[in-house]
Amino acid sequence: MKLLSRLYIALILFFLYAPVAVMIVFSFNSSSSVWVFEGFSTKWYEGLVYDTTMLTALEHTLIVAVLSALISTVLGTAAAVGILAIRKKVASSLVMSMTNIPMMNADIVTGISLMLLFIFMGNLLGLNESLGFITVLAAHITFNLPYVILSVMPKLRQTDANLVDAAMDLGCTPFKAFFKVILPSISTGIATGAIMAFTLSLDDFVISYFTCGKYQTLPIVIYNMTKKSVTPDTYALSTIIFFVVFLLLIFYNMLQSKSEKQASARKGRAK
Amino acid sequence: MKRILSVLICFALLAISLCGCGYEYHDLNLRAKYTRAFEGTEITVYNWGEYISDGADGTIDVNREFEKLTGIKVNYLTFESNETMYSQVKNGGVKYDIIIPSDYMIQRLIKENELQKIDTSKLSNYDLIDEQYKSVYFDKKNEYTVPYNVGMVGIIYNPKLVGEVEHSWNVLWDKKYKDKVLNFNNPRDAFMSAQMLLGLDLNSTNLKDWDKAANKLKKGKANLQSYVMDEVYGKMETGEAAIAPYYAGDYLTMVETNPDLKFFYPKEGTNIFIDSICIPKNAKNVEAAMLYIDFLLEPDIATANAEYIGYASPNTAVINNEDYYYYQNEILYPSEENMPKVQYYHDIDDKIRIYYETLWVQVKLY
Amino acid sequence: MNKKSFGNQLLAAPHVVWSVLFIVVPLFIMLYFAFTNADGGFTLENIQQIGLYKKAFGISILYAAIATVITLLLAYPMAYFMTKVNISSQRMLMMIVMIPMWMNFLIRTYSWITILANTGLINTFLGKLGIEPLKLINTPGAVILGMVYDFIPYMILPIYSVMSKIDKSLLEASEDLGSNAFNKFRRVILPLSRPGIISGITMVFVPSVSTFYISQKLGGNKTMLVGDVIEYFFNAGPDYYNVASAISMVLMIMILVCMVIMNRFSDDDSEGVII
Repeated sequence: MKLLSRLYIALILFFLYAPVAVMIVFSFNSSSSVWVFEGFSTKWYEGLVYDTTMLTALEHTLIVAVLSALISTVLGTAAAVGILAIRKKVASSLVMSMTNIPMMNADIVTGISLMLLFIFMGNLLGLNESLGFITVLAAHITFNLPYVILSVMPKLRQTDANLVDAAMDLGCTPFKAFFKVILPSISTGIATGAIMAFTLSLDDFVISYFTCGKYQTLPIVIYNMTKKSVTPDTYALSTIIFFVVFLLLIFYNMLQSKSEKQASARKGRAK
Repeated sequence: MKRILSVLICFALLAISLCGCGYEYHDLNLRAKYTRAFEGTEITVYNWGEYISDGADGTIDVNREFEKLTGIKVNYLTFESNETMYSQVKNGGVKYDIIIPSDYMIQRLIKENELQKIDTSKLSNYDLIDEQYKSVYFDKKNEYTVPYNVGMVGIIYNPKLVGEVEHSWNVLWDKKYKDKVLNFNNPRDAFMSAQMLLGLDLNSTNLKDWDKAANKLKKGKANLQSYVMDEVYGKMETGEAAIAPYYAGDYLTMVETNPDLKFFYPKEGTNIFIDSICIPKNAKNVEAAMLYIDFLLEPDIATANAEYIGYASPNTAVINNEDYYYYQNEILYPSEENMPKVQYYHDIDDKIRIYYETLWVQVKLY
Repeated sequence: MNKKSFGNQLLAAPHVVWSVLFIVVPLFIMLYFAFTNADGGFTLENIQQIGLYKKAFGISILYAAIATVITLLLAYPMAYFMTKVNISSQRMLMMIVMIPMWMNFLIRTYSWITILANTGLINTFLGKLGIEPLKLINTPGAVILGMVYDFIPYMILPIYSVMSKIDKSLLEASEDLGSNAFNKFRRVILPLSRPGIISGITMVFVPSVSTFYISQKLGGNKTMLVGDVIEYFFNAGPDYYNVASAISMVLMIMILVCMVIMNRFSDDDSEGVII
């Protein structure tokens, strides 16, 4: 049974990683084909440095990902606190359902509705260009928000409301109480939300496709490339991204297990 | 801590993007004078994919050379069909300074007042354009366009996989080649293949003609491996597919990779097109755009482009240049006796156009 | 106290304004487009035209449903077995399942072409063994495979996260009460993992039914899913914004109905089981 389950896990992982392996192998192809492997070469990696389209797109992607993650984290954390404070059940569930729409809806519908809005507003305001950096950023913040709120909210629920009262009784202003008491206890939720927002934004294709105008992000450029004959340079870039993510996750995992060990050690001592 | 991690990813990736650029600039002999008066401004160019020399393998990077020469930043974007280009120009999401559509789409843009006039007297290199490509039907007075490329559609095949084939559009429908055949993934060109075979007018205003062509396409669908645009390169070069209609110039690029490939113009006739440079009505940086057009017409640049793209050039400085790689190439510049029967696409009225563009979805869903 | 809570409520205000502006208003604009013609007059023509595309809806639902079922069948044992290994391997496995999600899905999909093509890896291998090449690419099977592949982590992770929280003592109790392995699974594990299954199904079905890239790359453009039809029309120009909005609207309603049905199955309010 144990062997069988190991085998099954291995099979699924093989399925998950076969295309990734193909990508990595062909990023080292010496010919420009992604079909026939002709020899080993790192020229596609070297060539990346010259590819201004791809590098500009990478820059765009990172700018949008960082900004949208930051803004949606701030907006979303505030919103989570606010929504929990709403007493009327109807009002809070209304806000929550509205928040969840982009998460539930198909990306293509979200993307198109936003595009229609931006074009409509652009015409209304007589803007020269209605699509660009601002619109793609706004779109990313919009689809990031529910994920941030949903990561922060459970942590917030766990926080003892009496703690805030206690802090205020001891002379904290509500503002200070928030930063001294609530924020530390929900920080893991905030961090999870921020990371999730960052990665979602990094990887988004469909919504950016309809809202980015000429501010093209990396997935859009990759999409345009796969419309032509894909050359191994796209694979090379993806391989680099893959390894950066891979290393970071391992690093993150190590940190987490370390902090867990410390936590349990502390608990042990307290006993 | 976790947030620091995400910032770390950014730095790691940014580090890749910051380590320099190693393009070597070429020595260009320029006919026109280029002012640096527009230094620091930018223009947005919207062109077909794979339709400019981009510096790969030691070729000239046209946009970069232009940027160095004039200090104008080129924002270069690509499209894959006239229809996509039209949609982007129309919806006003982005303002372009230069677009390079095909004939029938230019006719439509002019009709809808989307283009501005180009004062060709201000272009020092305009005299290089071959007379036979001036005053074409969509711009009889040469007010709006400067020809960029000329091309015809033909059929590429791989004799190693299918032997010799009949020089007719019928090969796409021939059951012998089931699953080895490709067709265009855009309505106008795909309909053309059927219209030619059925002997219909490419610009018919009779809805029934379009129905007939659509039915023909539906019948041929089971035979097809897939509908493609530029994916055709990979598929024909590797032998994944054996027969595909595509633009003649692209055949010349493919045959460099796969020398087995052969090419013919179908006996029923085919489509000829001119892709021309235009300036949209609401362009932001017209004077810089004019410089860019002049630059594209420079003999050195036009030759680099013609060699990179492989399409026929309307530029006499290219056509008459004996060092030009495709000098007197029979496929690009067929002599009179080898010239196929050709027809231009025209812009058909909106009702017909919407009819066949919708019909295309029905063909795909069939 | 009331004053403080009012102040806190205000914190939600920026978010509410943002959501109204970028979520609710756009949907109403889409609705407006769906019910007007090019000149802005009210019409039902766009809605009537949808009949022309019923096949696109049909195959989208069919493919997405098949893909969801396959994904569930593959993911469920995976999630179950994952809970069986020791804790640190569990975390490692979860990470390994998640990593492909960080990679661009366009590239992941595209590399399947290299594997499935007539001259691709599988057929080259078969050719070496002297077996006739199989027709793998440009088939409905390839499209469904693409959906399964792209979205399977969204099925594994929620099921795993629910299963790993199942109280071990419940399992022991059922054993003590004489359940065999099958009954233990049917009576305890399956019902308790239901919220994970439900959220997995939604997270696979919704992107599958509305995708527009997978069918183009792996299906050879030979058919159109709803997403492809919508994309085609939006790329064909403003003439089609009305009909494309109508199709999008129907797609949205369809997804909504599916969600409501799915939620019926998850009676307990397991709020937001997200990865």
